[in-house]
Amino acid sequence: MSEIPGDLKFNKSHEWARVEDGGLVRVGISDHAQAQLGDLVYVELPEIGASVTAGNAAAVVESVKAASDIYSPVSGEVVEVNEALNDKPETINEDAWGDGWIYLVRMSDRAELDQLLDAGAYEELVENEDH
Amino acid sequence: MTEKTVLNATHRALGARMVDFGGWDMPINYGSQIEEHHAVRRDAGMFDVSHMTVIDLHGARTKDFLRHLVANSVEKLKVHGKALYTCMLNEQGGVIDDLIVYFLGDEHYRLVVNAATRAKDLAWIEKQAAAFGVEVKERPEFAMIAVQGPNARAKVLGLLHEVDRPRIEKLGKFAAAAAQGPHGMPLFVARTGYTGEDGFEIVVPATHAVALWEALAAAGVVPAGLGARDTLRLEAGMNLYGQDMDETVSPWEANLGWTIALDEGRDFIGRAALEKQKADGVKRVMVGLVLDEKGVLRHGQKVLTANGEGEILSGSFAPTLEKAVAFARIPAGEPGTVRVDIRGRELPVRLVKYPFVRDGQPCEGI
Repeated sequence: MSEIPGDLKFNKSHEWARVEDGGLVRVGISDHAQAQLGDLVYVELPEIGASVTAGNAAAVVESVKAASDIYSPVSGEVVEVNEALNDKPETINEDAWGDGWIYLVRMSDRAELDQLLDAGAYEELVENEDH
Repeated sequence: MTEKTVLNATHRALGARMVDFGGWDMPINYGSQIEEHHAVRRDAGMFDVSHMTVIDLHGARTKDFLRHLVANSVEKLKVHGKALYTCMLNEQGGVIDDLIVYFLGDEHYRLVVNAATRAKDLAWIEKQAAAFGVEVKERPEFAMIAVQGPNARAKVLGLLHEVDRPRIEKLGKFAAAAAQGPHGMPLFVARTGYTGEDGFEIVVPATHAVALWEALAAAGVVPAGLGARDTLRLEAGMNLYGQDMDETVSPWEANLGWTIALDEGRDFIGRAALEKQKADGVKRVMVGLVLDEKGVLRHGQKVLTANGEGEILSGSFAPTLEKAVAFARIPAGEPGTVRVDIRGRELPVRLVKYPFVRDGQPCEGI
């Protein structure tokens, strides 16, 4: 399992958020989550312009064995989605922290970031789950 | 408390992701379920199926007992080692389990039944066996490894004692024989499987299972988990007990009519109910579905037809086809345009004859 990047914030439900310039937040799922799900075969992306709410389902990833909702770490408007996942959903398995990002959102409430776990707290969560 | 097969530590050492399967701690994959699936379709893979239950039946009236116990006819078994796939029914014609019967002698038959149904199967078989004076003996001292794929047989043959090789090489489909494996270990080798590929299912004393597994791995057979086993058998059009049929479903409703033998004068359990159902008209049928759009068909999704709603039984992304396929049970009759409700969206699906995949290739029209 690859190391958890220190600049990410996390939901307890294993989505990551990377704060970028201009109030944009990139969203994906953790390497731990992709490993749990197994080979991904389909990603249902949100629509550009859709509004997403922190803690609510914004996308769906389907592995061979199950469909899983992706809960948005922050609220806001979706400004970009990772179209490459339409043809290569396995990109999430290969690079969950990078090329496997799912959507980019313009966040509406910066304070929501404080509700998320930092990398250290997330690592602890994963370790406890494994035992 | 989950049970463990004798290969449990071997799976863990290989980095398998383990899950609870019918009360057993089993490997779902060793990394990539899809790669394991392809390994079986293209070369050779192996599955630990030691959780399955081996039961030996002994007694002068064993054949009479099986004529009564199961819906297919053991009269079809003429040659020692020959195997028969059959359902075991309740009085209502519902499926208690599906199993394989091996003919090992006039007074000796072997059954291999599912893991999740072990306790109820044994109780039912013992109850029915009493009247026939048949001894029912579970064989927990056996492990079982399924080796499947176009190159599976060749790889297994290479591990057998050379005096056994020509005989096992000539073994017909759905037949079994004894042979000596590595270090002289005694094997029961059956040319059966649950993947739609050629191969063997090998019953081996648990004490030798790890050595056999390692010898197979050294011969280039890839470990494959229950995840790949599930997508392989779905593509091959094979039912999974508990998902595609259970005690509320008759073989007619599970596309298993071909396993029912209504031979003259044989009073098997469930026969009267099956004949009545047939005469009254079977109300539900099992069909194959293909989704050409993106998305995945899953167990429990609603199927919409001209005659009312049905339900997806087994459904999955099919790695060989790179799209989703499923079995569904729908109302009998011309179904019209069929749709599946996936999270509130109704997607069109095609009704097809299955298997979906045979000998590594997509079937025509899939």
